[in-house]
Amino acid sequence: MSKGLSLNNPESVSICLCGQAGQGIQTVEHLLTRIFKLAGFNVFATKEYMSRVRGGMNSTSIRISPGPVRAAASTIDILIPLNKGALQHVERNISSHTVILADKEMIGGDIDQTKYKFVDIPFTGTAAGIGDKIYSNVVAVGTMAGLFGIELSMASKYVEKFFSTKSSDIVQKNLAALKKGFDFGAELVKSSKIKFEIAADADVEDQVLLNGAEAVALGAIAGGCNFIASYPMSPSTGVLAFLARHAETFDIIAEQAEDEIAAINMGLGAWYAGARAMVTTSGGGFALMIEGVSLAAMLESPMVIHLAQRPGPATGLPTRTEQADLVLALYAGHGEFPRVIFAPGKIEDAFILTQRAFNLADKYQVPVFILTDQYFIDSYYNTAAPDLSKFKIEKHITRTNKDYRRYELTKGGVSPRGVPGFGKGLVVVDSDEHDTEGHITEDLELRIRMVDKRLKKGELLKKDNIPPELTGPKNYKNLIVCWGSTRNIAEEALQKIGRNDTALLHFKQVYPLAAQTAEYLQKAKKTIIIENNAGSQFAKLIKLHTGIDIDKKILKYNGLSFFVEELTEKLKEALN
Amino acid sequence: MDTKVFDMNDIDIAWCPGCGNFPILKTLKRALAELQIKPTDIVLVSGIGQAAKAPHYFRTNVFNGLHGRALPAATAIKAANPAMTVIAESGDGDMYGEGGNHFIHTIRRNPNITNIVHNNMVYGLTKGQASPTSQKGFVTPVQVRGVFLEPFNPLAVAIALDASFVARAFSGDIEQTADIIKQAIEHDGYALVDIFQPCVTFNRLNTYQWFKEHTYYLDDHDPSDRQKAFEKATETEKLPLGIFYKSPQKPSFEENIGIYDDKQVPLYQRDLNKEELSNLIETFKMRL
Ligand SMILES: Cc1ncc(C[n+]2csc(CCOP(=O)(O)OP(=O)(O)O)c2C)c(N)n1
Repeated sequence: MSKGLSLNNPESVSICLCGQAGQGIQTVEHLLTRIFKLAGFNVFATKEYMSRVRGGMNSTSIRISPGPVRAAASTIDILIPLNKGALQHVERNISSHTVILADKEMIGGDIDQTKYKFVDIPFTGTAAGIGDKIYSNVVAVGTMAGLFGIELSMASKYVEKFFSTKSSDIVQKNLAALKKGFDFGAELVKSSKIKFEIAADADVEDQVLLNGAEAVALGAIAGGCNFIASYPMSPSTGVLAFLARHAETFDIIAEQAEDEIAAINMGLGAWYAGARAMVTTSGGGFALMIEGVSLAAMLESPMVIHLAQRPGPATGLPTRTEQADLVLALYAGHGEFPRVIFAPGKIEDAFILTQRAFNLADKYQVPVFILTDQYFIDSYYNTAAPDLSKFKIEKHITRTNKDYRRYELTKGGVSPRGVPGFGKGLVVVDSDEHDTEGHITEDLELRIRMVDKRLKKGELLKKDNIPPELTGPKNYKNLIVCWGSTRNIAEEALQKIGRNDTALLHFKQVYPLAAQTAEYLQKAKKTIIIENNAGSQFAKLIKLHTGIDIDKKILKYNGLSFFVEELTEKLKEALN
Repeated sequence: MDTKVFDMNDIDIAWCPGCGNFPILKTLKRALAELQIKPTDIVLVSGIGQAAKAPHYFRTNVFNGLHGRALPAATAIKAANPAMTVIAESGDGDMYGEGGNHFIHTIRRNPNITNIVHNNMVYGLTKGQASPTSQKGFVTPVQVRGVFLEPFNPLAVAIALDASFVARAFSGDIEQTADIIKQAIEHDGYALVDIFQPCVTFNRLNTYQWFKEHTYYLDDHDPSDRQKAFEKATETEKLPLGIFYKSPQKPSFEENIGIYDDKQVPLYQRDLNKEELSNLIETFKMRL
């Protein structure tokens, strides 16, 4: 056994696969995460990819661990480059501990073998022997299964299930590729060349493996969503595709609109007629929806908007990540009106918050945002399955009577919402300023009452909000603040720092801010904010609402998420 | 049914005296009354403009949305509750200019709605600028050298897209227009009724008199003949009126989406199937 090639019972093992778009990296990610989960390992996977259909360089990083693992790490324990150039693409993350499993012939001069730990595995040759180079990714899956002592029969069953719609010849060839790979992996263990031992975790079996897009979409279904109109735009499209895939089962109308303007106006028409609608989009598409956000406010229509952020301005980096559209969501729409913005940090929160978004939007007749980003949308991990008995769909529609008035003035500002055809009344909504019946008016006294009515709902929303979540000691000296998708990365970094004077405060509702916000910040001697943007947008929002300046800012805006190791270092620095 | 059921009390109508919108309002009330459709079963959807105010003068359900955006909202309203008679109504600027993309794609989508366009060949509400259908040479405070853009031909576009029902009417003729609107409403699928409407304030070119002199009714025309319909739609010397085209029966958007295949219940009366959701979540446990 060559020295340093083994890690016994490590906290977690990071596997990185890298290759061209169209080479089946997605398939490897899918198969490996499922097979690891079946084996009882905790799994986390995330990917980074280029905005193209073929070629380029994409990588997927999978972490497996005996305990929960939920954040992106940069360290690579095992690297599988699937084509020439792959090594260079991830070189900055290769260390002296990295074991590179590669087809020597294929990567050729890409690697200085004396510099790295290198194990030659003939992925391509083996695949070619089976019938086609394209099976090399499944050979790699097999190698991993062998290396981690996973039962071949179990892995085979999953692979068979995955390819079940393909011809039996293709299934057999994939199984053969898996077996060959498995033998390579098992042989490495047997010859003590490499040894990784991950203990199975009994909790994993009953958990669900979800990515952010799936969690948002499932939360929408649980919230009673039965209408989605959207226009494709990375990284938001997964939610539309998911709901379209399950439309038949759940009586959902899932329509690809001609543009984002149509999408949100369809959503508003749908809510008006009694559906529960959402739109999913990213920054540029959302920019087109903005007049619709304002319309939702004026009609006092519920609306649920999933805004999956990617780096801008304009087209920016279409397949990368950023948290730079908070300000956009916060101020989008002309005129003054209330709104709610959620920003899930945990996969289960994406489910819970999206479910809640429908009830809240319906209850207060306001637009509710779910703000995610590419990193969150494309990352997977296993987590407890949502307990459906805890979720209720709250429908806030009334049967109208003959003298129904859509905008009746009430104490709280919320008027009972009727839908056309349900009852004896007429439902009139208008984007112009309107009277209580919904008809156009230029009565300037009434204007004041209508503005007040709409804004009053904002006061109610301030009380009906989700407080930030504190992790770590209650009597902290240092407080790390974050929001949205950085949560799990920050939490793991906090654990790594291991200080008992430092806590983490995560906001999953970023607007309206909870009343406790100032109190949390005042208690700290030092505050540090983590944001995946350049302008520290959330720190500015906090300042605006509490008057408090955050002491230190850790910002990242190169298009990638933070990584645990990097954030740990930055936090250490900031804490000293 | 008496058209009075649609009358609003005490309203201050924002149209100029003699405006071509008045007869359209009257005609629509008449068509709906003759079809015996109750106010509670209708949704009038409009955008913004003088024409788009029409629903406020009509006692029924109203969705008065944004400039150019009536069609997407109308499509969704119909899809969420197909029992409603949904009519999207606005001006030519709204439907063909700001909403031009929706016009094209709504035709492709083919919801079972009626699309009434008050075509006065000018922007009324914003005080007299050119609209997509303004005639060449039309001088306005913005088009100071006269319009030189090719006028948009909504009928030809609709026929080219194989729209389900394509008609043109003249607001000065209540009898025939009511008849065309009735057929449009009864037609199963998207129905366009472009209505020539004189603007007495901002369009001194296309007056009542001008429309009378420059239009004629299609006679002996077979609306299933698409080639002929297209030919008629591109005539400019004298502008034909009537039903130009009806495409062979094709399924509407509501029929295509599948959720009404075995039950007609509108979305607001449906509930989540929790058992199915539970089953779906179960699949993410990735068991073999
Ligand atoms: C997004 C947006 N742009 C511009 C306007 C201003 N605007 C209101 S109505 C209108 C055009 C009106 O023309 P048309 O639709 O033909 O209706 P008409 O008033 O002639 O009946 C315009 C440009 C607006 N309300 N919204």
